[in-house]
Amino acid sequence: MVAVAPSRESVVWKALAEIRDPEIPAISLVDLGVIRRVAFEPGPAGGERLSVELMPTFVGCPAIEVMRQQIAERLADLADEVVVDLTFAEPWTSDRISPAGREALRASGFAPPVMIGSTFNGESLTVLPIATCPYCGSRNTTLENPFGPTLCRAIYHCADCRQPFEAFKPI
Amino acid sequence: MSELDRETRDALAELLLAMADDEFVLGFWDSEWTGIAPILEEDVAMSSVSQDEIGHAKALYELLAELTGQDADRIAFGRPPEGYRHAALMNHARTDWAFSIARRFLYEHADAVRLESLATSGYQPLADLAVKMRREETYHLLHFDLWLRRLAEGGDDSRARLSEAIERLWPDAQTVFAPLATEAVLVDARILPEPLETLRWRWIDRVGALLKAANLPVPVNAHLDADGRTRHTEEFAWLHGEFTMVSGSEAKATW
Repeated sequence: MVAVAPSRESVVWKALAEIRDPEIPAISLVDLGVIRRVAFEPGPAGGERLSVELMPTFVGCPAIEVMRQQIAERLADLADEVVVDLTFAEPWTSDRISPAGREALRASGFAPPVMIGSTFNGESLTVLPIATCPYCGSRNTTLENPFGPTLCRAIYHCADCRQPFEAFKPI
Repeated sequence: MSELDRETRDALAELLLAMADDEFVLGFWDSEWTGIAPILEEDVAMSSVSQDEIGHAKALYELLAELTGQDADRIAFGRPPEGYRHAALMNHARTDWAFSIARRFLYEHADAVRLESLATSGYQPLADLAVKMRREETYHLLHFDLWLRRLAEGGDDSRARLSEAIERLWPDAQTVFAPLATEAVLVDARILPEPLETLRWRWIDRVGALLKAANLPVPVNAHLDADGRTRHTEEFAWLHGEFTMVSGSEAKATW
């Protein structure tokens, strides 16, 4: 086997994978799919700049600034300057959550979002009346509220294990 | 479109300010339901919807700030009441639940028509934001369409309150589409893909069909007050005092 030094970008991705979502610490920013791009580029002052594009889950998500700070702090040693820009150039959708991220959500009591597919036409998003209970796997559940304690969550109740639980909204 | 000439930039600034102020002011009005909505689920829902709207306002103020070199927080909180450009629909206090639901129903559909059109705007940062906001607004539409039917079918009292509120708000709801002074510039530049008057009639058709489906009377008066975004009320002045209380307490502070 030949040892290959990891690319500098992959070092950045690995570091980002250690940062937890401030509102749902079970999942990392990388598994949440909010990092669009990382790149090393020449900085305006002559040094090297590490540029990170962050995609907000919701436009009004109050955790965005915390995420930005955490990213800038975690990556500070990897370049002369770190810039974290918000981007809406493509919308973040819940389909970007990785399989590992979906499993991490489930393991911590959140039903992962159903997949939407690429055909959003303005009417294809909906909070389903039933979600699979993350505790017991039952489908004998009901939607209690399409709005929850944060912008990205809905609230359900499981009739089998009699637990309320939250689901990540498809968006 | 990389460089905008001054005339186009000023016109775009007028559009962004109008949209941001709509979301901002309505977000503050409906956040008042937190803790006092008719049921607990609605405390959570109205709070969440209001948080979305304030978030949309923030993103729009930031687009505007980038365009004009101002500070987004100063735009949001640093103007006197008469400097705001929200539609007259947002001049009313929250009043009762039926009134707030009627306003949300009328506004969410107007906003949806506006965002659908702007999703193809020639000003890419605005088009991108419109695409993202539409996904979130879909949940608002579902929610307030449901409440409209619930109150329409809920009994004589809820039905009467809802109908009266729609009738009363109808003229002011038109002013979401009040012409902007520089609108022709925006249409020419394809920043606004369609004139606001075209959007207004699309919205009238859409809400008319939904009201009819809920067996509610459809208001017939389609008069539009051209000064709908520059008129202000005592009720708004009061709200302005509330939402600028903290920022105004220390004018030179950095938050």
